[in-house]
Amino acid sequence: MNENRGEVVKVSGPLVIARGLTGARMFEMVRVGEANLFGEIIEIKGNDYSIQVYEETEGIGPGQPVIRTGEPLSVELGPGLIKSIYDGVQRPLDALARDFGEYIVRGAERPALDRSKKWNFIPVAKVGDRVEQGDILGTVQESALVVHKIMMPPGKSGIIKKIETVTGNVDTEVAVIEGQEGIFGITMVQRWPVRESRPVKRKVMPTEPMITGQRVIDMLFPIAKGGTACVPGPFGSGKTVVQHQLAKWADAQIVIYVGCGERGNEMTDVLMEFPHLKDPASGEPLMERTVLVANTSNMPVAAREASVFTGIAIAEYFRDMGYSVALMADSTSRWAEAMREISGRLEEMPGEEGYPAYLGSRIANFYERAGSVICLGSDDRSGAITVIGAVSPPGGDFSEPVVQATLRVVKVFWGLDDKLAFSRHFPAVNWLTSYSLYQDMVDECSDCKFDAQWSINRKRAMDILQRESELEELVRLVGIDALPHEDRLLMQAAKMIREDFLHQNAFDERDACTSLDKQFSLLKLILHYFDKVNSSYSDGATLESLTSNDVLNDIARAKLISEEALDQFEALEQKITNTICAITW
Amino acid sequence: MASISKEYRTVTQIAGPLMFVEGVEGVTYGELADIKLQNGSLRRGRVLEINGDKAMVQVFEGTSGLSPQDVKVKFLAKGMELGVSLDMLGRVFDGSGRPIDDGPSIIPEKYLNVNGNPVNPYVRDYPNEFIQTGISTIDLLNTLVRGQKLPLFSGSGLPHSRLAAQIARQATVLKTGEKFAVVFAAIGITFEEAEFFVADFRRTGAIERSVVFINLADDPPIERIALPRMALTAAEYLAFEKGMHVLVIMTDLTNYCEALREISAARREVPGRRGYPGYLYTDLATLYERAGRIKGKTGSITQIPVLTMPEDDKTHPVPDLTGYITEGQIIINRGLNARGIYPPVDVLPSLSRLKDKGIGAGKTREDHADVMNQLYSAYARGKNAKELAVVLGESALSDADILFVKFADAFEDKFVRQGEDENRTIEESLSIGWDLLAMIPRNELKRIRDAFIEKYYPKK
Repeated sequence: MNENRGEVVKVSGPLVIARGLTGARMFEMVRVGEANLFGEIIEIKGNDYSIQVYEETEGIGPGQPVIRTGEPLSVELGPGLIKSIYDGVQRPLDALARDFGEYIVRGAERPALDRSKKWNFIPVAKVGDRVEQGDILGTVQESALVVHKIMMPPGKSGIIKKIETVTGNVDTEVAVIEGQEGIFGITMVQRWPVRESRPVKRKVMPTEPMITGQRVIDMLFPIAKGGTACVPGPFGSGKTVVQHQLAKWADAQIVIYVGCGERGNEMTDVLMEFPHLKDPASGEPLMERTVLVANTSNMPVAAREASVFTGIAIAEYFRDMGYSVALMADSTSRWAEAMREISGRLEEMPGEEGYPAYLGSRIANFYERAGSVICLGSDDRSGAITVIGAVSPPGGDFSEPVVQATLRVVKVFWGLDDKLAFSRHFPAVNWLTSYSLYQDMVDECSDCKFDAQWSINRKRAMDILQRESELEELVRLVGIDALPHEDRLLMQAAKMIREDFLHQNAFDERDACTSLDKQFSLLKLILHYFDKVNSSYSDGATLESLTSNDVLNDIARAKLISEEALDQFEALEQKITNTICAITW
Repeated sequence: MASISKEYRTVTQIAGPLMFVEGVEGVTYGELADIKLQNGSLRRGRVLEINGDKAMVQVFEGTSGLSPQDVKVKFLAKGMELGVSLDMLGRVFDGSGRPIDDGPSIIPEKYLNVNGNPVNPYVRDYPNEFIQTGISTIDLLNTLVRGQKLPLFSGSGLPHSRLAAQIARQATVLKTGEKFAVVFAAIGITFEEAEFFVADFRRTGAIERSVVFINLADDPPIERIALPRMALTAAEYLAFEKGMHVLVIMTDLTNYCEALREISAARREVPGRRGYPGYLYTDLATLYERAGRIKGKTGSITQIPVLTMPEDDKTHPVPDLTGYITEGQIIINRGLNARGIYPPVDVLPSLSRLKDKGIGAGKTREDHADVMNQLYSAYARGKNAKELAVVLGESALSDADILFVKFADAFEDKFVRQGEDENRTIEESLSIGWDLLAMIPRNELKRIRDAFIEKYYPKK
């Protein structure tokens, strides 16, 4: 029998066992059956090769052929990634829709990068230059926002023999290199196995906050460029809205959005909305910096398992160009469940709650591919991948294995709370349980770059919220009237922080994204009010007059002040001072 | 593919709903099988696993009365299919797609595989067309849009069937000239429940535009796996080939999941939570994700799955996993029901994820979103204050809190409560909302923009 060809002996859902594939390696891609389905070898036992198949296996039976491809699951990297929408194994969904209709038919295949598209390559290096792995040969304007850098692939180096401005599709040769192993051409496209991280010179500590425009995140629980965060929450607590908000407003140069086992309509939302939303910095549509990987819940489970790796491999490629990349994975629980399903079919000994024993190490593996790095290449450029993973714990129970395994590796935790969601407090990030380990770094950074009051105000706000939760216990026992008046003023300030600062409406044009300037002014305004009422109370004003007056209304509406009119904050501050003084005298 | 004519008499093992056939050739995964008994009766099966020459077959009608010696198995070389045609409208079918209403058999226009194919997310159109159900708690607070999947989470003894029937009845009133159909899938429910729906469809004439699939509580449980897929295949045909707006009501999904668990147990698979198989999420997704709209097609599929939560526990795997796939949920509350409030929709934990794109100027009314948010937060505050009053007594409440408690009571009485045949327009629902909000001082209406307060605040 041909060495590259085996045959099916067993089919059980997405798991197929084949024989006669001698020489095949773990995680090698194969094509299964007469329908030519994608599959990947995930276990080898003697002559039996277990294959997880990325497509529905109905109609596959013993005796049908299995053909080796000799290559592990890989992604195609080159111009054309931006604005694309792929499934979990990088099949372009737009091309599939064009050629195969509304439904995803089995065995359908189209190249990930459109070969009919022409790109204009402009050299940066010149003939005679010595280039190392990762060095930039030239650039291609991929979209309005992204200059795609054509790099020497990892492991290749040499002297440029030929390089010139060319226009052509991604397979066009742009340079000829003379290396130790001989003369070879470089095209605009590279392939990379998704389960392997792309090499870097070295990893470095994150030093810069990623601004997201979300007040509760930027002010209370910030994330660094190159950091990792997780957003767990029960259903209906707004995980996806948080992820969408970050994909829209985070100040990353490239956004990779992985819809992993989630709803089809949510991907449609992203697809329809992003081309119309403008990047606040450049005014160009957000889609111009976005790559989507969509493997919705009804698409095959094995491809869902692969989708996060496909996403992060693409992210690493853009990071290598020196970009700051943000990757959103929604939701990593679906990914873990896909692992569990495959593991169950392999009849592996289950760990906690039926998840495979290697759950923790796989999750850690994935998050460790994030980070701030010095990229390959002689110019020592730096790049970063920020990973934000949503987790959907069953029953909203944070003690389950996926949340726990994730918390062991991520540095930022935005815990979503369904109680907050029920009272329509969005984003429903619980300020008592959430944390960010980048806090000190961001404080330092903001204090010196932004305003020295930044970290002081933030700490005051946190203290007020903490204190409120303690007082609430007391109120529950003895009633609000029993509290001393200082505490009642504090409760009022806490309420203002919650409702007028933390609460942010993702669907309101003016409120969806808040600049750091405005965030700072808004919080300062509330604290200013708190200071004023405290001092006038000790000067003898009545509690009632301080807890209900007109300026409260103004403060409540301050978050709708437009970014162009931030000087209104000063006027408002003056008004507060005047009003409170008038009450006291 | 299989040699079609070959009949096997090599059944070696029968366990639960499963049957093992040995020595088979050319059999493929997912293939259908005819199982012939000695007395001439016929059952249907499907290949769940094929290992060399051993096939594991799941028998839809159950294995009771089968003996390895007297069955003949024939593999059909095709997956499970449903013959579809426009004549299906107005008819009633069983879980295998056979008519059970004494009418003539259907002459199919074509046969479709009941598993369908996943819709390419790229061609989906975003659901953003408002459906007026005439129920205030849904229209104003948890807006349903075309192409959405919005389940009712209920419990035993609660009026979820009445509510589902009311939605089916009232949601039909849409823009004139559009074709509308209802597909009803009864999964393991009692005769009385099924009859309630069918009688209601007959009473209102909706039966003419309905396709009904019924598997009763005493029908074979295994049929329950195929039944919703049949129903959704019929719905896809009507929606995307015949341009109809299809409302699919499936009740009760808990029975579906139990049937799935039964098979999983018989296969000795590693169980997940509460004995349900680890792939329950994926399996449910292949049903729910068949709702939606497709670019360039006029039709749409809107799903209202109904499920009863064991012990009213929202964290039970069935409602929990459902909530992660569907676009929101309407929760039926036992307390409200006990107080005689119909429909007993628990407003706070209910949610429609797609509402934001279906409401506002041009769709419902410009103030819709603000009024919705304000009603929510005011009701939440009132409920909180009420809880406080239970612990501390009413005297502990501030004047403002007492106002909110009154608001919450009035909200349940006037807004949540409505008649079973009361079909409120969205304007009516909004105006009830504004009347209630007038109970609260204006400076507390923080979620409503000034312009709307000026325009809509009820003038005394």
